[in-house]
Amino acid sequence: MNVAPDPKNFTAKDFTTDQEVRWCPGCGDYAILKAVRATLADIGTPPEDVVFVSGIGCAARFPYYISSYGFHTIHGRAPAIATGVKLQNPDLDVWVVGGDGDMLSIGGNHTMHALRRNVDLNILLFNNEIYGLTKGQYSPTSRVGTRSPSTPDGSVDRPLSALEFALGAGARFVARSIDTAQKHLPGVLKRAHAHKGASIVEIFQNCIVYNDGVFDHFTEKKSAADTQLHVEHGEPLLFGKDKEKGIRFNPQSFSLEVVTVGEGGAALSDIVVHDETNKMLAQMLAAFQPPDFPVVIGVLYCDPDLEYVSEVTKQTEAEKEKAGPADINALLRKGNTWTV
Amino acid sequence: MMSVTDVATRADEGPAAEVKRQEIDEVTVRFAGDSGDGVQLTGGRFTEATALAGNDLATFPDFPAEIRAPVGTTFGVSAFQIHFGARRIYTPGDAPDVLVVFNPAALKVNLPDLVKGGLVILDSGTFNKRNLAKAGFDQDPREDGSLDGYRVLEIDITAQTHNAVEGLGITNKEAGRCKNFWTLGFVYWLYGRDRAATVDWINGKFGQKRPEIAAANIAALNAGHAAAETAELGADISAVHVSPAPLEQGLYRNITGAEALSIGLVAGAQLADLPMKFCSYPITPASSLLHELAKLKSFGVTTFQAEDEIAAVCAAIGASYAGGLGVTSSSGPGIALKTEAIGLAIGVELPLVIVNAQRAGPSTGMPTKTEQSDLYQSVFGRNADAPLIVLAARSPADCFDTAIEAVKLSTKYMVPVILLSDGFIANASEPWQVPDFNDYAPFPVKFRDDPEGFQPFGRNADTLARPWAKPGTPGLEHRIGGIERAEDSGNISYEPENHERMTKIRAQKVLNAAQDIPDQIVDSGPPTGKIAFVSWGSTYGSISSGVKRALADGLEASHIHLRHIWPLPRNLGDLLSGFERVIVPEMNNGQLVTLLRSEYAIDAEPLTQITGRPFKADRIYRLIKDAS
Repeated sequence: MNVAPDPKNFTAKDFTTDQEVRWCPGCGDYAILKAVRATLADIGTPPEDVVFVSGIGCAARFPYYISSYGFHTIHGRAPAIATGVKLQNPDLDVWVVGGDGDMLSIGGNHTMHALRRNVDLNILLFNNEIYGLTKGQYSPTSRVGTRSPSTPDGSVDRPLSALEFALGAGARFVARSIDTAQKHLPGVLKRAHAHKGASIVEIFQNCIVYNDGVFDHFTEKKSAADTQLHVEHGEPLLFGKDKEKGIRFNPQSFSLEVVTVGEGGAALSDIVVHDETNKMLAQMLAAFQPPDFPVVIGVLYCDPDLEYVSEVTKQTEAEKEKAGPADINALLRKGNTWTV
Repeated sequence: MMSVTDVATRADEGPAAEVKRQEIDEVTVRFAGDSGDGVQLTGGRFTEATALAGNDLATFPDFPAEIRAPVGTTFGVSAFQIHFGARRIYTPGDAPDVLVVFNPAALKVNLPDLVKGGLVILDSGTFNKRNLAKAGFDQDPREDGSLDGYRVLEIDITAQTHNAVEGLGITNKEAGRCKNFWTLGFVYWLYGRDRAATVDWINGKFGQKRPEIAAANIAALNAGHAAAETAELGADISAVHVSPAPLEQGLYRNITGAEALSIGLVAGAQLADLPMKFCSYPITPASSLLHELAKLKSFGVTTFQAEDEIAAVCAAIGASYAGGLGVTSSSGPGIALKTEAIGLAIGVELPLVIVNAQRAGPSTGMPTKTEQSDLYQSVFGRNADAPLIVLAARSPADCFDTAIEAVKLSTKYMVPVILLSDGFIANASEPWQVPDFNDYAPFPVKFRDDPEGFQPFGRNADTLARPWAKPGTPGLEHRIGGIERAEDSGNISYEPENHERMTKIRAQKVLNAAQDIPDQIVDSGPPTGKIAFVSWGSTYGSISSGVKRALADGLEASHIHLRHIWPLPRNLGDLLSGFERVIVPEMNNGQLVTLLRSEYAIDAEPLTQITGRPFKADRIYRLIKDAS
């Protein structure tokens, strides 16, 4: 990543444009915007070396509000365009912003391949389980039974789990946070940025107009301790107000289970310790669903591997070294020629 | 036209005796066989040997979409036609004079095209009951009179090849696959071709990994050559000599469209001083360009095989946005998928070169057959008012200059350029007088780097191009996007008058590119007169040939060939108004003709051919003759 030669102390203001923010009052996107600006200031990459690329949807307006370089593109294609940006200039910090419709429906293929290739992009997936900009149709992450203008009797198709999809596609960094978690979100974003390779952060984002309160059952303050499991590498998987609940591996059923920890319950030593590099654990954690399990928040998986553009660049450089200067006249005369 | 003279075999052919060779002016040879017989490879080697002998030539590879169709069937027949001569050659030949077939199916498919009295060379080893049935012959065509009126040379090539490679340590199956080289050796002798380049090629291809395969193929080549030399060919079949063509002095090479296009794009990028990002998705017949460019990494080219057509064009746009030369390629159906993204590139005004190797359609159509039916798609085929520049190459070698021009116009006017080629141009080859790259003037891109007065959508007064400001430049941070942009600032704007102005500016900017387009010339014939043929793309050779023949016979006609499809050359309207009739031959159902009629309100007449095969020069010649 680029480090400014003369590190300047940036503030969120340095990443704020003069454009009026046009999301609905109370939209979760405001909170995410605030967290992202704060994170960018904290990371300290100069604005000229930062690029935001987005597709279409409410979330995709994001680049207009960050005073870096920004490209608001077309529906679903942001990961593909961002891949091109990175191919041309690997030194840029490239962030991709999109919603669940943009990145998992129309653009699902590009999200999959950006993750599989491990292009060094920071992908922020704003999941509100609904189509906002097109006025409230159900989305690929909407739960069964979601009533919407296009599903007046309730949707019948099962939702996609964003992070299970990402892990299945071969993502090497998978994390989750919540729009209003202003203390938690910047930390996750910073980790995503520090990861060399594709990183995906699913951010639960409340759509106040078309899907208000859809995450309340695990985001409400009074019950959050019992319904959210915050994971940290090397720490036991504990949750509950007094960390009285934990996750234990059941070797008989080859699955994870919620147990009470302490007297009369499981011993702390029985509780699974989070290992970010364990993909199987990450897959199980990503699949946790209320009410039987807490929603897992934090970095579920981080296991860096070779990054696509670096590998491509290596091949190009090796070929350049082998072949010497790029001589078009020599190329034109390569092979069999004859003189008339 | 034909005269028999004594021509000694060339010294470099070895210690062969003096051979009586018939001197001929030009000939068209077609090789045909199963798609697994190595027909294209045979044609490629014969082309190289012919070029090295100094003949002018044109080729037409014609292969099925199936990679390995069931052996022996008619739909699995692959063919390669080459027309070469002691004079300038413009087309791959209307009809073959010589037909070399590896099996009955190849005979069945190709015999109807052979000129009456033409020569058939067939592998009798494959003419068994089973293969005849597979080809759909009720009776053996060698016995039922089907070959009456042709000269026929029956050779058991299969058996001869097995004999030639015996003891070289290869399997029976591998031995069978050497028969194309045996045949090549035979045909080389007929035309007095030198085997050295082919031997080098075989060694280069197999020598390292499978030296025994290289040895077997060379043995087959030599055996075929020796067989022809010693055979009693019959009174009506003689060895032939075709003198070198009177080409302009200089250095020549043989080149396919895919090769010329790849080198042209690399050259264009170098002249523009930009690194090229070539982002593509495999599709017939465009993939060869991806393959060629993947070999040119040392020229700073990055090739990216995307997950789909849309990702390919989007990655190219992303690369252009970040300050590179984004190039994508496909064929018609893939271009259709890229359409929305091309609209984005038009809206945000970024350079982008889009290569379309056209094929017969719609939908999957006939993937390996050529057609020039994407002119409408290129000029008009996007939602809303979305103008861009359209160029069309006329021959394999012409792809080089056309590619350079595409890069130049795209970067100068900050607008996508569609470069039209087609399946014929991509695969066909021709001798090319190699240009000196030093003669090409550089056109280096100047990126905006001064924040003073910077407006992302401010404009150059002459071209109307906006500045190119790439990420990483301090002080120029800005946002662009697909939503309509306000004049100058580029900020989101829904203001009605702004949209009207921006739409007009985008259209005018593309029309301004005509400033950089040379005036249209008349390729042959008088500048005014009775009939003008207006063509574009790969029909150049046929139309040119037909018109030139008519002119040589004292008939009157003119030929105008367009590279610039949009914008059209500034003088074209005046030029066309000087002719009583304007005829537009196209391999489609009439597309350029519509464009010309609407632009100039003239009564241009369509002349269409939609068979997936190139135009025949004879058709044009007869039309002129009938009209005279």
